[in-house]
Amino acid sequence: MLYREAGQFKASYGADQQIFPIRQDRIGIMIVLAIAFIAVPMLASEYWLKGILIQFLVFSCAALGLNILTGYAGQLSLGSAAFMAVGAFASYNFMLRIDGMPLLVAFVLGGLAAAFVGILFGLPSLRIKGFYLAVATLAAQFFIVWLLTKVSWFSNDSSSGVITAQEMVIFGYKFVTPESKYLLVLSVVTALALMAKNMVRGSVGRAWMAVRDMDVAAEVIGIRIMHTKLLAFAVSSFYCGVAGALYAYAYLGTVEPEGFNLDLSFKILFMIIIGGVGSISGAFLGPPSSSCCRFSWM
Amino acid sequence: MQFFLEVLIGGLLSGVMYSFVALGFVLIYKASGVFNFAQGAMVFFAALTFVGILELGVPFWLALVLAFGAMVILGIATERIVLRPLVNQPPIALFMATIGLTFFIEGLAQAMWGASVRGLDLGIQDEPIEWILQATDIGVSKFDLFAAGVAAVLVTALALFFQYTRIGRALRAVADDHQAALSIGIPLQTIWRIVWAVAGFVALVAGLIWGARNGVSFSLTFTALKALPVLILGGFTSVPGAIVGGLIIGSTEKLAEVYLGGYVGGGTDSWFPYVMALAFLLVRPEGLFGEKHIDRV
Repeated sequence: MLYREAGQFKASYGADQQIFPIRQDRIGIMIVLAIAFIAVPMLASEYWLKGILIQFLVFSCAALGLNILTGYAGQLSLGSAAFMAVGAFASYNFMLRIDGMPLLVAFVLGGLAAAFVGILFGLPSLRIKGFYLAVATLAAQFFIVWLLTKVSWFSNDSSSGVITAQEMVIFGYKFVTPESKYLLVLSVVTALALMAKNMVRGSVGRAWMAVRDMDVAAEVIGIRIMHTKLLAFAVSSFYCGVAGALYAYAYLGTVEPEGFNLDLSFKILFMIIIGGVGSISGAFLGPPSSSCCRFSWM
Repeated sequence: MQFFLEVLIGGLLSGVMYSFVALGFVLIYKASGVFNFAQGAMVFFAALTFVGILELGVPFWLALVLAFGAMVILGIATERIVLRPLVNQPPIALFMATIGLTFFIEGLAQAMWGASVRGLDLGIQDEPIEWILQATDIGVSKFDLFAAGVAAVLVTALALFFQYTRIGRALRAVADDHQAALSIGIPLQTIWRIVWAVAGFVALVAGLIWGARNGVSFSLTFTALKALPVLILGGFTSVPGAIVGGLIIGSTEKLAEVYLGGYVGGGTDSWFPYVMALAFLLVRPEGLFGEKHIDRV
């Protein structure tokens, strides 16, 4: 570590329990956010914003979701791309079928739909563990992609299953320029990341980590295994779902179910392994390395 | 009824083909606790190497030996370069390493032999056997039956090898408990090398059978995805489980595609095996033949 918390005394419970208890962390986060919100949109070229930074943020969001499930709750999942697909297609359908649906609400509803599906496919985790579970989550991966391809209702009867995301409008403002899209994605991802940081520091996060480290022991000390595991699946899928919606709306514009294939799931898994399993900042360190390598092996 | 039987038999025999790949997974998982995702890539590598050598004008048996040699070298190199530095790391790190290995082996195989699709002829035709067709009116493919025969021989040989040889005993000891095996003087790394070589051999057999069936192409790597449900259904640690799992998955998959596929628009074979395996797991969480895991605090 470059710095220590020595000499920083907390005088109140509030100070002791804040999200970033170390002063250097607080300052560091402020600087990073200032750079990301002010300096980057002014300096970065259109290619960087459109091609790299938005993608980086979207994958960070998905990696965040998977990291909650795999890194904190210890449930290995290979189906994150499928949950992204659910988020993308659900948001699309909410926007399409409900008049005057606000964009951000559609994102949240897309995330909630993904969370619901996540709980369904998380149910086997109550019985099975480890690699058995990893392979079981492949069922979600293949089944969801198949379902989205086969049932044309999801893609509004488009013949190839491709959906084209609607325009992004919030309070009459149209997000068309790369800068505005970038700022929108950045705001959403920042909010979600702070929420995640907040969650893993509280009782929920501690319960997840207890289940990860040894679920029998966690059960013995009174943590409700079912509740904790399913919550991890729900929260993780919610993050993946929102990431999928952002992927469709802010990054690609048009997506098809086949785009959310197993390779994408693996990519997200690689990101959290490279960035660090069981750390929120790891979700942001993984994607750059992966998106830079993308050009060489994809 | 006849149609049902024909679908069932076809499914059972194609299930045997899945078992080949699952067998490679089981061998490595049993001995080293590594979930080797690269098994599909190894199948591809083996088949491509064999066909590549064959194209150089080398006779069949020599090509077989050379391809086996290549698989042994690949296995030993994997043990030395990938696994040894990762000893005692969490299983997920090892798993990710084998995913990376998958990409590497796929690339290596194509760099060495080119990416074009090739045919492979083992001299056995994929046609119904005459006398069964005449007697019962059920078509049973000669090739599938041959594959089933090979599987039977392979499993018997492996079982004998594990049961009655010195190395086999050592392998079982390592599978049981690494530390205990080390403490009584079994060389862990030698054992791992042997296991990877045997898994390479199984991959070669699987590659030949699959390659002769569908052509030697990149799609051979997807056989791994077919083998995974077989694996969790049968249990990661059981050789008979891989075979029985393959039979169950193969038959139900074909039956579902024929009888249910029509109602839901087809293409069920991508996910049905997984859902099937999942249903079994809900009843037996460690697969049909897997070792029961007892948690201790």
